[in-house]
Amino acid sequence: MNEEKHNVSRELVLPGEVVDTTGLRPGVGTYAENGVIYAAQLGIKNISKNYVNVFPLNGRYIPRYGDKVIGIITETGATSWLVDINSPYPAPLHVNDVPWKVNFGDTPTYLKVGDTVLVKVDGVDEAKHVRVSMKDQGLRKLSGGNIIEIPASKVPRVIGKGGSMINLLKEYTECRIFVGQNGRIWIDGDVDGIALAIRAIKKIDEEAQTIGLTEKIKEFLEKESKKIRRQ
Amino acid sequence: MGMKTDIKLIDEKGMRIDGRRPDQLRPIKIEAGVLKRADGSAYLEWGKNKVLAAVYGPREAHPRHLQDSAKAIVQCRYNMAPFSVSDRKRPGPDRRSVEISKIISEALESVILTELFPRSSIDVFIEVLQANAGTRCAGLTAASVALADAGIPMKDLVVGCAAGKIGDKVVLDLGKEEDNFGQADVPLAIIPRTGEIVLLQMDGDMTQEELFKAIEMAKEASLRIYELQKEALRRRYAIVAEEEKEEIASMEEIKEEEE
Repeated sequence: MNEEKHNVSRELVLPGEVVDTTGLRPGVGTYAENGVIYAAQLGIKNISKNYVNVFPLNGRYIPRYGDKVIGIITETGATSWLVDINSPYPAPLHVNDVPWKVNFGDTPTYLKVGDTVLVKVDGVDEAKHVRVSMKDQGLRKLSGGNIIEIPASKVPRVIGKGGSMINLLKEYTECRIFVGQNGRIWIDGDVDGIALAIRAIKKIDEEAQTIGLTEKIKEFLEKESKKIRRQ
Repeated sequence: MGMKTDIKLIDEKGMRIDGRRPDQLRPIKIEAGVLKRADGSAYLEWGKNKVLAAVYGPREAHPRHLQDSAKAIVQCRYNMAPFSVSDRKRPGPDRRSVEISKIISEALESVILTELFPRSSIDVFIEVLQANAGTRCAGLTAASVALADAGIPMKDLVVGCAAGKIGDKVVLDLGKEEDNFGQADVPLAIIPRTGEIVLLQMDGDMTQEELFKAIEMAKEASLRIYELQKEALRRRYAIVAEEEKEEIASMEEIKEEEE
């Protein structure tokens, strides 16, 4: 999260615009041609170390190895489930990758269609065949709670620098919150807390690029949480 | 094209029937991000043309056999509303709209970094609400703004513009009457950064010199339209910032009233 250091260069760029000619290296969201670096998508220009990046403001979630994501079961097979992870690619979850001993054809007794799961991306190949796994600390079936979706590009905003934003949300709403890298957010707590958390996240989503966002959200949560307490 | 008429398409002063100079475009208005449910969208008015473009994806390509394991496919649907022309257009795809869909999707594919999304599909929908000649260029221009709005990685925007020949003169951006009674119409689309041509068609006929002149004119005009596209996108993302400010202001007012 080097962004905060480089507030100065928070500038909107459009596809095809020159982002650098000084010999930096092309980072994410850019492409180079004849030594000149161009933006490859609409986003915010950012320079960190000797890379130029363009962080997207919009767009679908593209799975990467190691991402923890929230998935929804869409199909059950004899030895696997098919999980929708909010990306262009559905991801199979094999029975070997869950923490239970599942007999052949016994998959629906553990996870049914429509269940939500917290999984990690366990492999992505060059043709974007994705595998997910539930065998890691903290990965589980999510029961209860609410799920909301935001663009995956705004997930870093909801988490904040070193988790500052997410801790703020947890503190004021007294909810359990988990943010998947794919833009799905799971929230569990009392009704008012959930409602407040959802409003705060919507606000973060809308104002993702404003400077001093954490402070703003803190103010918002302070005001609103007082209201809830009063009632 | 080529219909007989007594109308003089260019008068003695060299002006056209709608009062434009030979190298003048019709007024263009572009707005990005007009649809909430689409991943990206744009609305464009180009003279009397009104076009809406929506983009979805990258998303899973269906049916499966269409998937390409090396890159994303770009699927485009150009469609004219039944009420878009003076005689009711029979709804549904016809020979013309299938052709236009194909050339537009190919023009867009040339800028989209499709290799980033193997096996997926990027779907572009272009709805012509009102047509007055030059809808394929208008549709393409709107579609590329919608693609950028959807955050799809692409080398550059694509811009379309037509030139043509009426009354033995090469002119820019034909209107309906000029298209019907003129001698040639040359729609063209370029990648503004490199000047590469990604779409070129010709209806009617003109000499080689006239064609080169038409291409030059359309290219030059495309660069002007390119600026409008960029402006629309910038406005869209600036508006987001300003609405927030207003929203906060109004929220504070309400709060004060409550207190």
